[in-house]
Amino acid sequence: MTFVAPNLIPALPEIFVLIMASLILVADLFLSDRNRYISYILTQLTLLGAAWITISSGSADAVYTFNGMFVGDVMANVLKMMTYLAVAAVLVYSRSYIQLRNLFTGEFFVLVLFAMLGMMVMISASHFLTLYLGLELLSLSLYSLVALQRDSAQATEAAMKYFVLGALASGLLLYGMSMIYGATGSLEIGKVAAAIQQGGANKTVLTFGLVFIVAGLAFKLGVVPFHMWIPDVYQGAPTAVTLFIGSAPKIAAFAFVMRLLAEGLNGLVHDWQGMLMIMAVLSMAIGNLAAIAQTNIKRMLAYSTISHMGFLLLGILSGTLNGYSSSMFYVLAYVLMSLGSFGMIMLLSRRGFEAENLDDFKGLNQRRPWYAFVMLLIMFSMAGVPPTIGFYAKLSVLQAALQAGYLWLVVFAVLMSVIGAFYYLRIIKLMYFDAPLDQAPLASQPDAGMLISLNGLAVLALGILPQPLMALCAYSIQKSLL
Amino acid sequence: MNFETLVFYFLATILLFAGLRVVTARHPVHAALFLVLAFFTGAGLWLLLEAEFLAITLVLVYIGAVMVLFLFVVMMMNLNIEKLRNGFWSNLPLAAFVGILMAVEMSLVLMVAGKTVGSGSLPHAAGYSNTKELGRLIYTDYVYPFELAAVILLVAIVAAIAITLRRRTGTKHQDPARQVRVKREDRVRLVSMPAETLKDSDLLRAEAREGSYKEGE
Repeated sequence: MTFVAPNLIPALPEIFVLIMASLILVADLFLSDRNRYISYILTQLTLLGAAWITISSGSADAVYTFNGMFVGDVMANVLKMMTYLAVAAVLVYSRSYIQLRNLFTGEFFVLVLFAMLGMMVMISASHFLTLYLGLELLSLSLYSLVALQRDSAQATEAAMKYFVLGALASGLLLYGMSMIYGATGSLEIGKVAAAIQQGGANKTVLTFGLVFIVAGLAFKLGVVPFHMWIPDVYQGAPTAVTLFIGSAPKIAAFAFVMRLLAEGLNGLVHDWQGMLMIMAVLSMAIGNLAAIAQTNIKRMLAYSTISHMGFLLLGILSGTLNGYSSSMFYVLAYVLMSLGSFGMIMLLSRRGFEAENLDDFKGLNQRRPWYAFVMLLIMFSMAGVPPTIGFYAKLSVLQAALQAGYLWLVVFAVLMSVIGAFYYLRIIKLMYFDAPLDQAPLASQPDAGMLISLNGLAVLALGILPQPLMALCAYSIQKSLL
Repeated sequence: MNFETLVFYFLATILLFAGLRVVTARHPVHAALFLVLAFFTGAGLWLLLEAEFLAITLVLVYIGAVMVLFLFVVMMMNLNIEKLRNGFWSNLPLAAFVGILMAVEMSLVLMVAGKTVGSGSLPHAAGYSNTKELGRLIYTDYVYPFELAAVILLVAIVAAIAITLRRRTGTKHQDPARQVRVKREDRVRLVSMPAETLKDSDLLRAEAREGSYKEGE
């Protein structure tokens, strides 16, 4: 048996990120606290370098390497680019926040980079094993990021809950994968799909495995009835980590669902459609209704995440290419909004003070009109008010579900988003029509302030001109799934 | 029923019993010991499947290293069992109901399908080395997952250290090496000062102070 060295070119971005993460890990040892910003700059440069490598080495056709375990296709490249962008934005937003809370350490950046490596592995996995390992790499880094603020009882509790439930979900997922392996005799996504297509595999065992896989996926996405960890983790984690958990990993989770359900288990589409439908309906209902009762904005946004993930499932469950691409658009739009909303919480926080209650947003218009306007844009977008990106995202998934013939589901989703509009508009009311409770001047953060302006304008601009991004999503789904 | 099936059921029964006792044992040391038994029986099951390498690794790594460490920790921690088990019996009925229900449902599904699943692979030839085959696969076809597993371990190390290491500043610890190496110049400093001449009033005040000391005694 001769060994053919694998083609490393498609995996260059992953290799680069791994090398840089290890480099920063070692280099950080020799930096004094005063020079810690060098780690920060190196991390940002890593993201820039990875983006450059992805652009220059990406190809339009799918390339397989590492014996069919790694795939580089258009969807992978587009999603990876968005991941870099999201992580870079997370770092800019959280820089001053973590500096004030003694989290500005080398470990923070290294763990963020390793988490991103996990996402990249998930995004371009074409084998159940790599999917799982990427997920574990991501999850493990996230657990420890949540626990990094170890003197905070709340953060430790959140990390513990996240860890236990995450481990349970991984177990479910693995069990489901082993069932699929038993039925089809392969772990490679292409081969699994082919075996199911041929009809040789035992249908009952396949469906049995599918149930566990869907349950594990639902845990990771955070949709009802597997959503219990989301509010506690979002609230308990330091806001910088909440921002990270709430943004980039959603892109990876979308890729995960695509690779597993749309590519691997496409033959079972009628089975998983029903399961996703139940979860979508429950998520939209419980997410939106529970969010109304929250007074903590991080908790409120956590419930809003649950309802958004319900919307995301709407596109996926329609089972068409159009549905997948509208879901991809939805997830990118959601990441943009999530970055802005959690970024704003950090901009309003200062040393020893967390702007995490709804009341902290009171009268923001009088204190900083521009921030209030940006937050208004983001909240309109979350609620789905035109002409923001959130409107088109909702519109496209609803269209996809309608084309698939689920009229009742669309009507229900629209009703739920009307309910959801209430708590988003409440924030706008607090900002514009109430007197400020907190008169302390806001610290000026030029980089994060600039970014939040860009973020808010992007929400608006992509809402007025959604076509390029939509076309990109449609193109990448078409290229990757056909 | 041939001998192999008999061995399988024998081991499976012990495994299930041990697994159950891990959860129900009153004493944590007993629970840990039952876990050792469960691992060992699991290794036996793997041997039946001709996975010698995995079986031996399970015994060496899990029983030999992990569980022994675990026992150490359990013995040293002096856990208060009654406090930990507070909610156990009140939650047991519901938990047992849900668990049994799920087990029944799953077995019903698999009962229908299970008949056709086990195709059963042929036993390998006598000279077949499991370890060699695994080693060949891990470093060739599965090199990517193998590297990823290494990265996960690295993250685990970084995370464990980041969460637990506390650098305490201002502790008053001794460094014997520095104490031994100390020289006279480090401790005693001779300062040359101009001699002072005292005025009469100062002398008088100094005498008065001396007097007051004596009275105090």
